[in-house]
Amino acid sequence: MAGHHHALTRRLLTLAGLAVGPVLVLGVFFVLPVSGMVALGFWPDGAFDPGGVLEVLARPRVHRVAWFTVWSASAATLLSVVLGMPAAFALHRLAIPGRRLVRAALLVPFVLPTVVVGVAFRELLGESGPLGFLGLDGTPVAIIAGLVFFNVAVVVRAVGAAWESLDPRPGEAAAALGATPWQVFRTVTLPALRPAVVGAASVVFLFCATAFGIVLTLGGVRYATVETEIYLLTTTLFDLQAAAALSVLQLLVVTVLLALAARLRAVPDPSAHRAVVRARGVRVPDVPAVAATGVLLLAVAAPIATLVAGSLQTTEGWGLDNYRALTTTGDDGALLVPVTEALVTSLRTAVDATWMALLFGLVVGIVVTRRSHTRTERRVRSVLDGFFMLPLGVSAVTLGFGFLITLDRPPVDLRDSALLVPIAQALVALPLVVRTIVPVLAGIDDRQRQAAASLGATPWRALLTVDLPALWKPLVAASGFAFAVSLGEFGATAFLARDERPTVPVVIFRLIGHPGEMNYGMALAASVVLAAATAVVVLAVERLRVPSVGAF
Amino acid sequence: MTTTALSLSDVTVAYDGVTAVDRVSLELPHGEVLAVLGPSGCGKSTLLRAVAGLEPLTEGRIRFAGEDVDHLPTHKRGFALMFQDGQLFAHLSVARNVGYALRLRRLGRAETASRVAELLELVGLTGYADRLPATLSGGERQRVALARALAVEPRLLLLDEPLSALDATLRERLAVDLRGILRAAGTTALMVTHDHDEAFTVADRLAVMRRGRLVQSGPIADVWAAPADEETALFLGYARVLTGADAARVLAAAGQPATASLAVRRSALVADEAGCLPGTVVSARATPDQVRLVVDVDGIGDLDAVAPLGSHHAPGERVSLRVDPSRVAPIPTG
Repeated sequence: MAGHHHALTRRLLTLAGLAVGPVLVLGVFFVLPVSGMVALGFWPDGAFDPGGVLEVLARPRVHRVAWFTVWSASAATLLSVVLGMPAAFALHRLAIPGRRLVRAALLVPFVLPTVVVGVAFRELLGESGPLGFLGLDGTPVAIIAGLVFFNVAVVVRAVGAAWESLDPRPGEAAAALGATPWQVFRTVTLPALRPAVVGAASVVFLFCATAFGIVLTLGGVRYATVETEIYLLTTTLFDLQAAAALSVLQLLVVTVLLALAARLRAVPDPSAHRAVVRARGVRVPDVPAVAATGVLLLAVAAPIATLVAGSLQTTEGWGLDNYRALTTTGDDGALLVPVTEALVTSLRTAVDATWMALLFGLVVGIVVTRRSHTRTERRVRSVLDGFFMLPLGVSAVTLGFGFLITLDRPPVDLRDSALLVPIAQALVALPLVVRTIVPVLAGIDDRQRQAAASLGATPWRALLTVDLPALWKPLVAASGFAFAVSLGEFGATAFLARDERPTVPVVIFRLIGHPGEMNYGMALAASVVLAAATAVVVLAVERLRVPSVGAF
Repeated sequence: MTTTALSLSDVTVAYDGVTAVDRVSLELPHGEVLAVLGPSGCGKSTLLRAVAGLEPLTEGRIRFAGEDVDHLPTHKRGFALMFQDGQLFAHLSVARNVGYALRLRRLGRAETASRVAELLELVGLTGYADRLPATLSGGERQRVALARALAVEPRLLLLDEPLSALDATLRERLAVDLRGILRAAGTTALMVTHDHDEAFTVADRLAVMRRGRLVQSGPIADVWAAPADEETALFLGYARVLTGADAARVLAAAGQPATASLAVRRSALVADEAGCLPGTVVSARATPDQVRLVVDVDGIGDLDAVAPLGSHHAPGERVSLRVDPSRVAPIPTG
């Protein structure tokens, strides 16, 4: 009967109506730039010529760069897991006083602007720094330390969340059968945690392999990863074809990694059926884990403390001169605008990027989480799901580069638009927003909406009654994250920010590259200001205690 | 003369070519309660969801009071749905849950409050208005869900295994209450359940579903007294189905004409010296109400039987059995 087909068709039409916006946005601001970049590599002069790409991939320097990317990311991932596991246990299973505060503190590095972290590590490891005697400045060790500093929080959060809701009874049963604590850990606890550990490790590897700001500030030209190499090739050497070739390579590798990570993750939805086990008191066997957590906390605090101390140092001892100088353009006219003006630009950009990422992420979340009635509908949804996750697979640098070469001419000419930077940043923040919202939306029992509908609530009203109460906290948290990401975003912004409208990370990078005592001091002060801003946002978000935050 | 409220004709629901509900036709008169009974996976819940407008029909039509409702979305059908686990809105108090639909209709504050109080009294939860769902027991939650569903005086109440999530004693008590509440409110209701006792307590009419099809339907006593086939009989709680000569012998002992098969309840055979079915006791087990026996009836084999409390029957002992004709049901087709 016609009426029956109508009902099914209507569902598909509603789905299409909801999806058309995000699909268009992603098409213009993601597919177009990325394909433009691919085209630049394979069709350099309008004709298909893959030889150029192959030539680039055969260069010895490219091999060196690729190898360095792989081994530094692997080492950093391994270290993050090794250092993160004891802290995940201590902070999620033991009743340590102030553990909530420590957990929040460990989350801060994850959202600190990469440039700031780079500056902080240089300050710590540099010749005149407290750890200067180690001679690590400018070595791969410094880069790996920086990467671990960032990503250890991911391991602590993801593994900690799994550990927190791990049923203790199988372990107790094993102990009752005569297993020692170590045997219990090895045979019961670790296998149960494996999905979370593997999931966290794959995400960390991805972050490390595509890290940009930190490698650029700590590695310079000598130690480059694929990501920084793309930047150097574009901005310094103007070898666009080589940059495109590397971008294509990275796109392929990262997509494969993401697909693997998605398969390995298989972490159950954190909001549904999450029984948190009561934390227990600290016992003697826990001492190493607690001590390791303390060391980790110190290691995380050291660069930040050095940064703050450095920013307060002036030629005549301690003082606020560096901060006062933020209203100037630095020595030798290092900058075109004062840092304070860049801060205003940063905040404005972040506001725009936040609402864009939020709106976009919300629609995407609703589209991919609604229950499907037919196979066709399910297939459409899963294709959309994959499509919307694509930005996760592309590095910020590639995205910025793609924007630069495709959105400067019709049909989409945004070269002079003030929205170009926020749009790019919103896309960078999108996966984080979606990952925060989707588990919550998926965790809402669809029968709640059905119950509301059967009581006479319109779909819109059902959304207000059922979804909104569960969603407002994750939404606020997601906007906080998007805001912090936007404040610190450097990879795409470095390409796209116009010289007279830089954001703070861009300004910091320019300051440390410009000789002059005052410039360096200003870079430190600006880093502290930016770090403080993001830390405040993230700590506020942390207070909301959204379960899915940071659990990738 | 009652009039037809809900009428289903050839209702079919298929997912991707797999038919969950296969050409089901049913009629439900105004003010009556119909229980759709069937094992899990038989399509009964899908049928209920189709009536609610949550599953699109592949074929057939659903009418209410003679009017087509197929094209109406759930929220316009005026059928309230109560779920197995209540699905209360966790962030709203009991009173706000119950008054939800009234607020949707923009009923005045005072009116809403008095109606909510009335409903809470009806379900026996006076004084619970300000509690949050998380602080309630399972039974209390179901009562709130019922009050919430009844608030708008739905023209049809849909109950999806309303008592299944509760423990046995509570379920029994609440089934009686549910019947009383539905009667008092004069509600027309469609309930799906897999529990024949629950169906028997609450409903006026019974429809038995199996593998997506309607096997039998009618007033509950009629279905009970004459199950359509062996599987239905076993599902309705009959202990065994006898066929051929065995059925004829038991029926003869009950003084009734022979049929192809006979469904026998556990309590259909009673140990009685005056009985005319002799046998040997295989086992005996005392329960709070009676002694349950398994008797090897001469020429038939093992059958269940009961004996009054206090009687002693040791295995191996000879015994005579009487047939209680109200506890057997002839099945016309073999």
